[in-house]
Amino acid sequence: MAELLGYGIVLGSIITLGAIGLTLVYGIARFGNFAHGDLMTLGAYLALLLTTNVFPALGISDSRLGPLSFGWVMLVSFVPAMAATGLVAVVVDRLVYRRMRRLRVPPVMLAMASLATAFILRSLIYIAWGPDFHFYTPGLRPMLMLPLGIKLRPDQIFIILIAWALVVLLYFFLQRTKMGKALRAMADNADLARISGIPTEQMTTWTWIIGGGMAAAGGILLGIDSQVRPEMGWILLLPLFAAVVLGGIGNAYGALVGGLVIGIVQQVSTQWLLPAYKPAVAFTVLILILLLRPQGIFGGG
Amino acid sequence: MSLLHVESVVCGYGEMEILHNVSIRVEKGEIVSLIGPNGAGKSTLMKSVFGLLSAWQGRILFAGDEITRMKPEQIVRRGLCYVPQVDNVFSSLTVQENLEMGAFIRDDDYRPRIQEVYDLFPDLKGRRGTRVGKLSGGMRQMVALGRALMLDPHMLLLDEPSAGLAPLVVELIFERIRAINQQGVTLLIVEQNARKALESSDRGYVLVDGQNRLEGLGRELLADQQIGELFLGR
Amino acid sequence: MGIIRVFHFLAGFTITTAIYAIFALGLNVHWGYTGLFNIGIAGFFAIGAYTSALVTSPLPTGVRANYVQQIVGLNLPFPAGVIAAGLISGLLALLIGIPTLRLREDYLAIATIGIAETIQRVFNNERWLANGPQGMVGLAQPLGGLVPPNYYNFVYLAIVAMVLAMVYVALERGIRSPWGRVLRAIREDEVVTEAAGKDVFRFKMQSLVLGAAIMGIGGALYAHSVRAIQPSVFTPLFGTFMIWVMLILGGSGNNKGVVLGAFIVWGIWSGTGYFIDRVIPVAWAARAPFVRLLVIGLLLLGILLTRPQGILGEEKQVSRMM
Repeated sequence: MAELLGYGIVLGSIITLGAIGLTLVYGIARFGNFAHGDLMTLGAYLALLLTTNVFPALGISDSRLGPLSFGWVMLVSFVPAMAATGLVAVVVDRLVYRRMRRLRVPPVMLAMASLATAFILRSLIYIAWGPDFHFYTPGLRPMLMLPLGIKLRPDQIFIILIAWALVVLLYFFLQRTKMGKALRAMADNADLARISGIPTEQMTTWTWIIGGGMAAAGGILLGIDSQVRPEMGWILLLPLFAAVVLGGIGNAYGALVGGLVIGIVQQVSTQWLLPAYKPAVAFTVLILILLLRPQGIFGGG
Repeated sequence: MSLLHVESVVCGYGEMEILHNVSIRVEKGEIVSLIGPNGAGKSTLMKSVFGLLSAWQGRILFAGDEITRMKPEQIVRRGLCYVPQVDNVFSSLTVQENLEMGAFIRDDDYRPRIQEVYDLFPDLKGRRGTRVGKLSGGMRQMVALGRALMLDPHMLLLDEPSAGLAPLVVELIFERIRAINQQGVTLLIVEQNARKALESSDRGYVLVDGQNRLEGLGRELLADQQIGELFLGR
Repeated sequence: MGIIRVFHFLAGFTITTAIYAIFALGLNVHWGYTGLFNIGIAGFFAIGAYTSALVTSPLPTGVRANYVQQIVGLNLPFPAGVIAAGLISGLLALLIGIPTLRLREDYLAIATIGIAETIQRVFNNERWLANGPQGMVGLAQPLGGLVPPNYYNFVYLAIVAMVLAMVYVALERGIRSPWGRVLRAIREDEVVTEAAGKDVFRFKMQSLVLGAAIMGIGGALYAHSVRAIQPSVFTPLFGTFMIWVMLILGGSGNNKGVVLGAFIVWGIWSGTGYFIDRVIPVAWAARAPFVRLLVIGLLLLGILLTRPQGILGEEKQVSRMM
């Protein structure tokens, strides 16, 4: 059980990164972004491109970092992959969602457009890299034995650390910077933000950059943990939405808790259910929350 | 030249015309109240002044410049700020953060101004770290006013500042409104509570069914027979 | 290419299009009429297909029983399969609707994704149900003995066309009925309709069940047209997304439009398949379907941005005054 808990935290940390971005977008752009999973996939593939194609082409050689399965090249690749994914998210917003916002379409149409975007992103990835799985680095990864009977690979400890480092960074951004506070204000009351003169379109752009970047980071970590495949993000979509609803839409800290809970619940469920049913478990949690407390744990009652 | 001059404005929602040729003036330094029955168009007028609704006909001038079809983002930069009737605070943010958001578009140091606002609303000083959603109605209204004051506006538009507040609190709010006015801020107030509004006002306008009905000095309207019957419950 | 081959191709093409049109008509009841954002069509599709397969196939016996598992095998004729498919699909919709119908649109959408995912995984992992990943093969061929095997397509086409026509006529009648008007009103403004005294939940449920039943029937027709089904067939792309594009392109809320949309979108899919398969280098052949998917996705985006009401637009709004 402890082992399941441990891995649940790893998975939960990855889900949290995606869920935070999704909930921010939900709160600011005001629709559920069905393409969010595929943003995670995009980030993972961009990191793949950098580590296996770009850096070697530049003649840069890599060296493993201690017990981790990858080297400093991967670490360096995080930033451009996150930035590029954030940029793609902004471009999609400008080309598609903003236009629809101007026409004042109901949010469900934006969600539908995001569904189309999801398939478009995925098909581009399939076209560019093909349907096969990829690994960042091949080879077996040994487990570390930790206290309490938890078995984790060094990679997985790294995942937890990085995910939470990003979360802490985001926390400081939201709590201490002017822009972060303005984002929270906008999510809280978009009309009042406008009345106060806060440039709401600019804020929306920043939200996409942050959301896309966090998603990319989650995707890369997922790729490090398992493998890089075109459906990797889409499969996470249900757990992502479950985490967001659990924490309360628009609430970044709720998404944090939600992500962990979903990750742990999913993993613990494999004690009794096949791993294939993990999304179904997330789905059940989602339905329960929607029936019992639809505003989520932290949502304003 | 009046600070605010609304000239023969026609405006509405969708196909429905609410304001039929309404005109008002507010001079610098005044407190002017807009009173009238529900549905008279008072809030609509305020929204069209602030650019939340586009006036269909007529002109709106602020400090001599035409702001008729300007957006709120531009109007706010000219020194005209607005406090809506509902949802007028960021409830998940703290008192301090609400004020900081009010100052968002300032490019100078806003901290002296925050101090001034806290001096105006001392009750908020001890609660600056509290989430506004947890505060009482009266406190929330103070935060709403404070937020709008952060830009050192020439003029404030207040939409029903007493809505939902207990009588003692209403008294307090209007007293603070007078204090704000003493500091040189011109005010246009829309109010259901006609008595309280007129008591604090230099002048007032009565709007009925989207049209100007009466106009006069605050104390005159207060004493007026018609108004007494219609709004003051006499 | 002989003329007969062209007809065979057209028959096959039309069968698929007609089946998709049935799915799309079902979705039109959900979205076009009632505003239910159902992204889990693949789930009802799968249930319909599997139900018909289980109802019309015999239980495996003898040697075969070692390799094939099924929960039931009723060995009933084809019409029973189709009807059962509609009923079970409708029943599933009823069960799903109870907890989810009161949810906001986007929550309902997520819930429907979850349902479709769950159904697919259950069929894939629970071998005792319908043989797991290997699925079921050798499904019944209605009226199989009527004509020589290589002309069978035309027989099946007639069957499918008849079902499509029946569904179409029934829906057209339905939308003009008082029941249909209430559904339209719900789509326009739920709050007002509720205030006017209509039990919105009951109407939504009826719409959900009806649309799902139609999708189930479509699933049954699909199963007997390809005669072999596995869980991997019922993907979000072919089972859900494609149908949405057909609906939006053709014109949501318009039954004629929806059928037209089915023809156009499947035509584009087949057409791009034909061309791309010729143009694409062999090494990239595995990626060809995704180029076509890209085209379909861009098509949907294009419509949403330029003409969201679709080609045939939405039918004139039925008066909300009741």
